Amino acid sequence: MGEVHVVNGNYSAAEAVKAVDVDVIAAYPITPQTPVVEYLSEFVANGELDAEFIHVESEHSAISAVVGASATGVRVFTATASQGLALMHEVLFIASGMRLPIVMTVANRALSAPINIWCDHSDTMAQRDTSWIQLYCESNQEIYDTVIQAYRIAENEDVLLPVMVCYDGFTLSHTLEPVEFEPEDEIREFVGEFEPIHCKLDPEEPMTLGPVGGPDSYMEFKKMQHEAMKEALKVIPEVNSEFEKRFGRSYGDGLIEPYNVDDADVVIIAMGSVCGTIKHVIDEHRSDVGLIKVKAFRPFPGDDIRRLIEGKDAVVTIDRAHSYGSMPPLWTDVKAHAPDVEVSSTIAGLGGRDIRVEDILEVIEVAEKGEGTDEPVWINVNV
Amino acid sequence: MKYTVGAVIKEPGSTRRNKTGSWRIFRPVLDHEACVHCGRCYMYCPDGCISLDPEKGYVIDYDYCKGCGICAKVCPVDAIEMVLEED
Amino acid sequence: MIEVRIHGRGGQGAVTAAEILAIAAKEDGKYSQAFPFFGVERRGAPVQAFARISDHFIRVRCQIYEPDHVVVLDPSLVGTVNVVKGLKEDGVVVVNAREEEMNHLSEELGDYDVYYVDATSIALDELGVPIVNTAMVGAYVRATGTVSLDAVKDAIRMRFPGEIGEKNVSAAERAYEEVKEL
Ligand code: SF4
Ligand code: SF4
Repeated sequence: MGEVHVVNGNYSAAEAVKAVDVDVIAAYPITPQTPVVEYLSEFVANGELDAEFIHVESEHSAISAVVGASATGVRVFTATASQGLALMHEVLFIASGMRLPIVMTVANRALSAPINIWCDHSDTMAQRDTSWIQLYCESNQEIYDTVIQAYRIAENEDVLLPVMVCYDGFTLSHTLEPVEFEPEDEIREFVGEFEPIHCKLDPEEPMTLGPVGGPDSYMEFKKMQHEAMKEALKVIPEVNSEFEKRFGRSYGDGLIEPYNVDDADVVIIAMGSVCGTIKHVIDEHRSDVGLIKVKAFRPFPGDDIRRLIEGKDAVVTIDRAHSYGSMPPLWTDVKAHAPDVEVSSTIAGLGGRDIRVEDILEVIEVAEKGEGTDEPVWINVNV
Repeated sequence: MKYTVGAVIKEPGSTRRNKTGSWRIFRPVLDHEACVHCGRCYMYCPDGCISLDPEKGYVIDYDYCKGCGICAKVCPVDAIEMVLEED
Repeated sequence: MIEVRIHGRGGQGAVTAAEILAIAAKEDGKYSQAFPFFGVERRGAPVQAFARISDHFIRVRCQIYEPDHVVVLDPSLVGTVNVVKGLKEDGVVVVNAREEEMNHLSEELGDYDVYYVDATSIALDELGVPIVNTAMVGAYVRATGTVSLDAVKDAIRMRFPGEIGEKNVSAAERAYEEVKEL
């Protein structure tokens, strides 16, 4: 049995990183992720975590340092948000292309301009195509559990892809709530010792990493990355159910978490902490509504979502990001997998705009009226 | 070709198998009589394919020489001539 | 579910007060949430912090618009900020104020159930600094019974280990004893 502590989401992330016994951490502080870096450097400084903490001068260096460290065959961690994630952009492709099992947490935050430190998903959505697995969290407990599972997923022989664990800035990162921390020896047993599989930089046994892949080979490596993503669709549920057997907690099948969908006429598809508010609305106001919480955005469990929404009266997505000039990302992915289902699109909660109970009720109304199917409906906006 | 996960190459030095000499259009020919053993060509060759042989003096490894002509350019006594490869 | 809004000024410990309430709720076997008003905190500027306490896991994650209870750490905020905004009809206000201040404060606080305590004097006596958050949590739990005083004491000790914790426990205990209903 674990022990319950009342902590914020950043602390949940740091505690999980400590529990999996990470070897190398390199991170640069940025609001709202900063406390993760502070907690971890404290753990290392006071001896609670035996790891190398590399102090870097930017996020570009942070991700570069963990790429290098991971290539030497050790377990690594980094964390960032917003502009920091954007600065990492070019190296994210290198991490996934080299198939390094890096785990990174992102405290989701909007991007400038205008300057904004509050939550939306623009930062991680902009990294959608970097071939990183993306898992989104609804609660601080889910952050802790997901970071632990992320190492099992990333290090799986059939996957070997980096994982981004995304959680909403402030709404989770700075909110305290009870979280059950499991005994560290049990977590370490669950994740196991890290054994490098496909590469290990070692002067005794030299090998070449990051070589040129010309027109004769580049595409093959890229297709292999896609296939590894498809493998992750199988591995994520396996890790989720193994975690459940051991610790008693699970999040749907690890990819999506349906809530009241079977009994629902209207289905909302959403990601992150707003799913909690949606469940609250279903419980308190609208038992005829269901929710599909998309936990894994990459790989995208599109077929599972399609099966759940086929035949429903109304379906609506809530995006906390937008693809300007087209339709927002979650809607686009759902439609790509369910072209025959009418799906309404809403945009809410950009730049930390609170998504209130009344906003969720409005989202349901948009779906019921069949609006937003070819142009997103902006919720609680004044222009 | 074997496509390894992450494009990892486990055999060290395998790049030697890539004989870049095939890219050459002009071939540097070193006149040992004229050479004053200054070592400039050896220092400047971007491919490191000029070496000092104790008996023959400076020699060019044509397996890897790309024919860039830098050695001929830097030689102070014009001991290296670039000649068109026959085929 | 009980929703609490705490008004203070940057540096008075409104966020810590919400955190202590959330930790205390867990000590009482309840579920809780505590969060700041998400923004940039500046010393002296009016700030807010929030707590939710329930017998069940709390799923709702939007801000609190219709609190059950309001705690005011600084009497000068009453009138400057609408501290009773959205407060439920049967809501409770617990304010840090001296008895003589209550005449004019009571006008602003309307028909609500109002409790007051001179938390500034208690904090100066017990801690030597005018940081009133722990005293006000003591007064708040006496006024509302949302969580137990014992749980609050445990939470304070967890948040501030050692001597400083004991001083804050004394402040909470004194405010618990001294709080009065208007
Ligand atoms: S031609 Fe260029 S590559 Fe060839 S030996 Fe001279 S310097 Fe080296
Ligand atoms: S640069 Fe000319 S002179 Fe000098 S070592 Fe080379 S060939 Fe001889």
